Amino acid sequence: MLGDPSVSHSTNMMMGMPTFTREEIKHLGDLARIALTDDEADRLKGELNVIAESIAKVQEVAGDDVPPTANPIPLEAYLRPDEAEQPLTQEEALSGAPATESGMFVAPRILGEE
Amino acid sequence: MSVRNELVKESATEMARQLRAKEVSSRELVQAQLDLIEAAEPRIDAFLRVSGDQALDQADAFDKRLAAGDTDGLPELAGVPIAIKDMIVTKGIPTTAASKILEGWVPPYDATVIEKIKAAGMPILGKTNLDEFAQGSSTEHSAYKPTHNPWDTDRVPGGSGGGSASAVAAFEAPLALGTDTGGSIRQPGALTGTVGVKPTYGGVSRFGAIAMASSLDQIGPVSRSVLDAALLQELIGGYDHRDSTSIPKPVPPLASAAREGMRRDLKGLKVGLVKELGGEGYQPGVEARFNEGVKLLEGMGAEVVEVSCPHFPYALAAYYIIMPSEVSSNLARYDGMRYGLRVMPQAGVEQTAANMMSATREAGFGDEVKRRIILGIYALSAGYYDAWYGSAQKVRTLIIRDFEQAFEQADVLVSPTSPTTAFRFGDKMDDPLAMYLNDVATIPANMAGTPAMSIPAGLSDDGLPVGFQFFAPQMRDEVMYKPAAALEAALQEQWGGPVFKDLKAPWLDGHVSGTTK
Repeated sequence: MLGDPSVSHSTNMMMGMPTFTREEIKHLGDLARIALTDDEADRLKGELNVIAESIAKVQEVAGDDVPPTANPIPLEAYLRPDEAEQPLTQEEALSGAPATESGMFVAPRILGEE
Repeated sequence: MSVRNELVKESATEMARQLRAKEVSSRELVQAQLDLIEAAEPRIDAFLRVSGDQALDQADAFDKRLAAGDTDGLPELAGVPIAIKDMIVTKGIPTTAASKILEGWVPPYDATVIEKIKAAGMPILGKTNLDEFAQGSSTEHSAYKPTHNPWDTDRVPGGSGGGSASAVAAFEAPLALGTDTGGSIRQPGALTGTVGVKPTYGGVSRFGAIAMASSLDQIGPVSRSVLDAALLQELIGGYDHRDSTSIPKPVPPLASAAREGMRRDLKGLKVGLVKELGGEGYQPGVEARFNEGVKLLEGMGAEVVEVSCPHFPYALAAYYIIMPSEVSSNLARYDGMRYGLRVMPQAGVEQTAANMMSATREAGFGDEVKRRIILGIYALSAGYYDAWYGSAQKVRTLIIRDFEQAFEQADVLVSPTSPTTAFRFGDKMDDPLAMYLNDVATIPANMAGTPAMSIPAGLSDDGLPVGFQFFAPQMRDEVMYKPAAALEAALQEQWGGPVFKDLKAPWLDGHVSGTTK
């Protein structure tokens, strides 16, 4: 859905400036694992369209000749000394869990019906 | 004015001197702060949790150590109490990031900065309020309560670190730690008259700082004096192998730079006025105090030049792409599986892990956090990544180049910290963009990894504090401490004391009605 321009991205597509629809917001909510209500999706649609319009200006100056920066202070990657450290105990690691059993996290079932 | 009130109004450096001279014990100091917290909190609400018993135990341990003469290796601020933003994990003290999704979570480990605070015998008074997951500029986005500005309790203290800033401004704590991703230490500093520092990215370990936007986040000090901030940054800074972005170098000499600055001789220093950080959108009262500050720097021998950073006007836009992108990734960990809130789906909905996550995150996150996660997911999605995230990363390069060119013309750069003084509750809650504009002058430093700090420049015509911001080159934090301490000393001579001498703080005298809460 999201990558399909026929949903709503028409004239602004060329500029990379999105116009969010409620369905897209709901889809983004699914991707983000947030069960947005219809009211929330409508409010977010309005807010995000305003925000998106204002931040699209980054494309004005982002020329092909400009390299991207991910970390402002690049450091050489290095290996730490291979020394044993005391990690959290099992009890500590489980101390904040919503549900545990026999020293393990208890999760709802991962798979659906299929 | 009681002895207690005299004590809590002292700088941290003076408290430390009194501790060493055995004029006061750490227990007495902590008790004085706890009493004041109790008196002030009905008006201020700076704390999410006060850890009084632990703080008194830590004070007793320090007093014992001092009595035994066991002071080798203790830093200057040893024994002085401190408040901690609830974005930094503390073993055994609940840590929430002001979010419902972490309500009641008790961390099983300490952040590196907390280990250092504890090793220094500094009692932890409690955890301070913030915008949820440090996302906001007013502390109104806390899931628990708003924090009030001590200068006018009908106004916000700024954010996200409004709790730490208000606690220090209201004399509830002499020191605090904050985190600064786009200005969350400096903008509340400006709005509350406190000193707030964002160190060079990588200068202070982020291990145990709850991650918001990892390429921008940095822990730093909050205080009532430049020297206090310098001593605290020296104490918490330095290399940490548990943070892969930690700079493998010693902390620069900050306190000696601040002490040198207090002599108020700035001959040979070139100060660059950033042309793009002023003018439209900046209140006249903010610009007036800022310009007076610049004149004072000149009066102490500094040479002032104007510098241009032509890409700074794009920093806010790039920030609101990079930051939400990192937020959407970092906050994916709150999935109801291993810690924090778990909400099962409604009856009739499949009771699967995926549905549990969606129900948990819908219930556990507030509006602003959801807004940023959704925006970030979009900016990173296939087909839009290059236009959004890729472009923003290029802007980041351009901002770094702007700084590099500016620092060829000047040793230190200056600007107002925030375009406005403290605003009223609710003023900007319905307009996210207006809220985001608060950080227009602070964001460039996060984007470039450069250090920056805010100090009080006096009160605007509305009687509210104005912040004066200094920027220094990467890994040269000491360069900003010298002129900051010089300006602080010159201003305090004009005012006849610290900016706080004009703060009406009825909680100091026990006149607390609590009616404004």
